[in-house]
Amino acid sequence: MLFTSYEFIGFLAILLIAYYLVPRRVQAPLLLVASGVFYAFSGWENLLFIAFTVMTVWAGGLLLARSIGRQKDYLSGAGKELAAPEEKSYKETQKKRRKGILAAVLVLNLAVLAAVKYLGFFARGINGILGFTGFALPIPTDWIIPMGISFYTFQSIGYLVDVYRGTVPAERSLWRFALFVTFFPQLVQGPISRFGDLSATLFKPHPFQASTLRRGLERVLWGYFKKLVIADRLAVAVLTVTGSPDTYRGGYIAFLLIVYTVQLYADFTGGIDITIGIAEAMGITVAENFRRPFLAVSLKDYWRRWHISMCSWFRDYVFYPVSTSQAMRSLTKGTRKLLGDRVGRKIPLYLSSFLVWGATGLWHGANWNFVTWGLCNWAVLMISEELEGAYGAFHSRFSFADGKAWKVFCIARTFLLVAAMNLFDCYATLSQTFTAFFSVFIPGSWAGFRVSDLLQLGLSGSDYIVAGAAVVLMFCVSLLGAKKSVRDRLAAKPFALRFALILLLVCAILIFGAYGRGYDAGQFIYNRF
Amino acid sequence: MEQLLEILRNLHDDVDFETEERLIDDGILDSLDIVTLIAEISDRFDVTITARDIVPENFNSAQAMADLIRRLEEEN
Repeated sequence: MLFTSYEFIGFLAILLIAYYLVPRRVQAPLLLVASGVFYAFSGWENLLFIAFTVMTVWAGGLLLARSIGRQKDYLSGAGKELAAPEEKSYKETQKKRRKGILAAVLVLNLAVLAAVKYLGFFARGINGILGFTGFALPIPTDWIIPMGISFYTFQSIGYLVDVYRGTVPAERSLWRFALFVTFFPQLVQGPISRFGDLSATLFKPHPFQASTLRRGLERVLWGYFKKLVIADRLAVAVLTVTGSPDTYRGGYIAFLLIVYTVQLYADFTGGIDITIGIAEAMGITVAENFRRPFLAVSLKDYWRRWHISMCSWFRDYVFYPVSTSQAMRSLTKGTRKLLGDRVGRKIPLYLSSFLVWGATGLWHGANWNFVTWGLCNWAVLMISEELEGAYGAFHSRFSFADGKAWKVFCIARTFLLVAAMNLFDCYATLSQTFTAFFSVFIPGSWAGFRVSDLLQLGLSGSDYIVAGAAVVLMFCVSLLGAKKSVRDRLAAKPFALRFALILLLVCAILIFGAYGRGYDAGQFIYNRF
Repeated sequence: MEQLLEILRNLHDDVDFETEERLIDDGILDSLDIVTLIAEISDRFDVTITARDIVPENFNSAQAMADLIRRLEEEN
């Protein structure tokens, strides 16, 4: 079910009413059933995939908990008198066993994820080749990638590693664990929640509170505004340009760079607003995934503000384990001997980052475009890291570099950098991406281009005006929310004003929402993950 | 503690590590800093810090890091 579908609105309305009518101890089971129904809409067979992950990870968690419990009991009971070397050896053996359990469950689930994602990639490839002959194999590519598999697999892996590390206790109840994994607002495009955080509010009974429901729904409404008025509208032009890479070059790509990044921002943050808003309406707290990323002054700063849950997941479950592993420590010893302390220490660090960013790219998509995107991010971040000394010298020499104008320059520079790398999302092949990008710098590619040509991409002048006004509103509201939540500011206003503003917002969505047009374009960009 | 402070100052000479208590929460130390720090600490103090120890509570202040090192030394 897409968030922007009548079925979903109906489903949500019924669920919210039922949620507050049923006895409170039934609320969480009701959510589980609702999540199952929601997921089943994307295909009954997909339920098998998510059920597999739920069962294997839940069982793995219990096995780990049993091992941890047994070790604790033994060492405080029969094993209390063990000498230090024997105790150490016992602990090592138990740790190896737990590592084995963790590895087995991880490999199983990652194998499913890999097979499913690569299968889709190969099936599309086969159909693409056969398409030249006019034939197409009846391979249903639509169902091949279960919705949200990248998100829920990673969320489950995070849980299991947390149990292994002793950060969270294992969840003994299967249905509660199933709810954590399948909680439907997150299935579409995350965020990737941590069990310790989400479980604090997910399983609690939630008495009806008008302010909670209102705040949640206000956020949902705002998400729909961004999605329908901005993202789905701009998607029409974006798809026209990217649909014909040979036709649209030069000026069109400069346009695409800006517009696609704005579309992506509106689409993704709008979807997350809907996700967090729905959860909030039910009294459940889901962690924020964005923090005004368009204000980032560097790429490093950007990745603290954009897709926060994914970034922190890769940091905690890939980067830290890899970079502090025995293998990396041994490598560091070697490189320090060979290249001296300063350089020697950096090699393993940069290697770990390389692996992480390659994996991040791959997580986004099983093709070279995304992997290259990931590695481009890595390259820029590592170069910036190396230049930090030079930046420091620059700042101490030139005092203007501390001023507001410089900050604005850094923000603009970061935006353009991110926009340039986002181009990897737009085309099917690397060569198309690079051809498009470099055409911006080739004067010949701009030949004959007029700004008025942008009216031939499926959007009229009034479309651009509506989108432009909505974008300005979107950024203003985001900036306003920096110091104090906009909804809190709204709640402090007189009822009549609040009602009028919300009504205006609803009307704006109904009147200015880009419905029907480019229905396929309405797919959340991150939905295919 | 003095050795630890020396390691920290080598990373960032503009931070007052004796008083700062939100090194992670305020983003003063990023993930690359943490990994570099862990490598240095592991060398100097002969302890093994693993990913499970990398939580804000253990790295938000120099004191927290010193406590972590002491705990790991005792475990050894």
